[in-house]
Amino acid sequence: MAQLDNRAGRRLVAGIPLFWLLLFFFIPFVIVLKISFSEVRLAMPPYAPLFQWVQGVPTPKLHFGNYAFLFTDPLYVSSYLYSLKVAAVSTICCLLIGYPMAYAIAHAGPTWRNVLLMMIVLPFWTSFLLRVYAWIGLLKNNGVINNVLIYLGIIHEPLPLLQSDFAVYIGIVYSYLPFMILPLYANLEKHDNTLLEAAADLGANPMTAFMRITLPQSVPGIIAGSLLVFIPAVGEYVVPSLLGRTDQLMIGRVLSDEFFENRDWPVASSVAILILLALVIPIMLFQHFQRRELEVQK
Amino acid sequence: MSAQLQVDTQSPTGREHSAVSAFVRIENVTKKFGDFAAVDTVSLDIYQGEIFCLLGGSGSGKTTLLRMLAGFETPTAGKIYIDGQDMSTIPPYERRVNMMFQSYALFPHMTVEKNVAFGLEQEKLSRQQIRARVGEILEIVKMGSFLGRKPHQLSGGQRQRVALARALVKRPKLLLLDEPLAALDRKLREHTQFELINIQKRLGVTFIVVTHDQEEAMTLSSRMGVMNHGKIAQVGTPAAIYESPATKFVADFIGSVNMFEGRVLEEGAGRIQSDELGCVVAVDRKLNCARGATVWTAVRPEKINMTRTLEEQHGLRENVVRGRVTEIAYMGDVSIYLVQIDSGKTVRVTLPNIMRDAEHRIARDETVYLSWHGSSPVVLTE
Repeated sequence: MAQLDNRAGRRLVAGIPLFWLLLFFFIPFVIVLKISFSEVRLAMPPYAPLFQWVQGVPTPKLHFGNYAFLFTDPLYVSSYLYSLKVAAVSTICCLLIGYPMAYAIAHAGPTWRNVLLMMIVLPFWTSFLLRVYAWIGLLKNNGVINNVLIYLGIIHEPLPLLQSDFAVYIGIVYSYLPFMILPLYANLEKHDNTLLEAAADLGANPMTAFMRITLPQSVPGIIAGSLLVFIPAVGEYVVPSLLGRTDQLMIGRVLSDEFFENRDWPVASSVAILILLALVIPIMLFQHFQRRELEVQK
Repeated sequence: MSAQLQVDTQSPTGREHSAVSAFVRIENVTKKFGDFAAVDTVSLDIYQGEIFCLLGGSGSGKTTLLRMLAGFETPTAGKIYIDGQDMSTIPPYERRVNMMFQSYALFPHMTVEKNVAFGLEQEKLSRQQIRARVGEILEIVKMGSFLGRKPHQLSGGQRQRVALARALVKRPKLLLLDEPLAALDRKLREHTQFELINIQKRLGVTFIVVTHDQEEAMTLSSRMGVMNHGKIAQVGTPAAIYESPATKFVADFIGSVNMFEGRVLEEGAGRIQSDELGCVVAVDRKLNCARGATVWTAVRPEKINMTRTLEEQHGLRENVVRGRVTEIAYMGDVSIYLVQIDSGKTVRVTLPNIMRDAEHRIARDETVYLSWHGSSPVVLTE
């Protein structure tokens, strides 16, 4: 009886997030998927119904034109590729900056560790939008950085920092760095220090010990952190809109423009579905295998 | 304190080794963590080819001393020499010393073969050489058929062997073993003890073993050092330490012992009056303390003779007390008797169970006489 209760309880605990995902992820996904196969029209809602009554039988009328359109117009392909590039470079930058920080926090004394972790989380206390806006003030032509450089005589003309790839990288790396540091810290903090002692004892200098012991064992943390940065960075809307180039859009901006400017919901939906297919499914598979690998190791 | 043992504790150069220079020399080494001295002015010499055990309870400083030899801790004061070389500035990865960790510290993401090869790869040996030496050492520890396994696929005993192989494959001159057998069950531990000794003899490596298990120390070591509160209490062979403990602490720590306070009656003839015991203890040797001095006589439980009548004690007057058996613990090979003597103190006696039937054995509540030979008691002053 107790066991039965236990099992029911476990189902309930697993069921709540499952229900949540069903309601707020899967159902919206199905709706978006449905819209992506419809034809656009000037009406309310702005797309044709997917099922039509043909002789009393509901018959789906699938329209693949939206997807075909995405591949014919170079705007979409280049936006996709640009987004992937920005996300990849930002993820690598976050990793290169975040790994030493996470390592330092994991190796700090207990008092310092909490202070440092607090400092990582502290920016979340102000709005994300505000923090990105603040970067405009720093990067613009008569902003803080240019003014200081001119005052010091290093440059004479303001550098065009804003509305560049550089500004987008800064914005994304700055915003997403904590998402890299926290999972890396959680991983590094669990490392057994005696393994490093054993490596040193066997003749490995600190660099070799890091490369052969610490780094391979922190791979799950690196993957988790990279996914947490890469996935939202691909669809990032705010940072490129405020800091980025005007001649090259990121796919998140394209998506929003299709929805709100062009009111072409079917095309916007197919853009969204393609992001999902191109990113989330390989990542989910990858994570699944990674988890299985980890379970074997334990 | 007996004369021979004073030599051992005061000057680390024991008699048998006086001609050979020490392989490991620990000179007045102190290690402080804050105000706490984990190791307190320890001087110790360890010789080539020895199995030297550092025995002590938790917090006695034995592990800290071992970690200083490996290079993971630096002494606050004092010097460590290994093979004549001052180790003060040598980092662990440049010491020709290897350690077997208590947790084994096997690399979880590497196979057995990779774990063992790791140390050789640091020496930049060729791939064939590495493979040959890994194969050879894994044969010695009988793990030759587990090359491709990961540590989590091995049992505790197998992990211990891999850890040993990984430490030995570098052919160190000195192997440090931190509680090498603590994680094994009793049967496996006994078996592995002898294997360790065999491997040590075969390879001629000097072993320094840290253990809290006195049985382990007794079986393994050629010499041992008993540590207490960061200091070396006594150094000697297992037999010397068991039979001639230098202090009350050592006598009590190694094996069990009956300890009685008393006063010296005659130093020349070796007579001690003990009120705690209610009789005169006669020792068959001269005492080196003044008449009237307070001393403790220590008698091991197996060195006490227990009989039902006084006649059986050959009419001895000294070294005999009367008592009543209060508790018997049957251990199989021996039985432990707790006897309350007339003075009220409880004495522990162990007797081998020579007969199979229990009929002739002394039972609980019987009145018995306890006696011991004049050579049995150890007289301690501190």
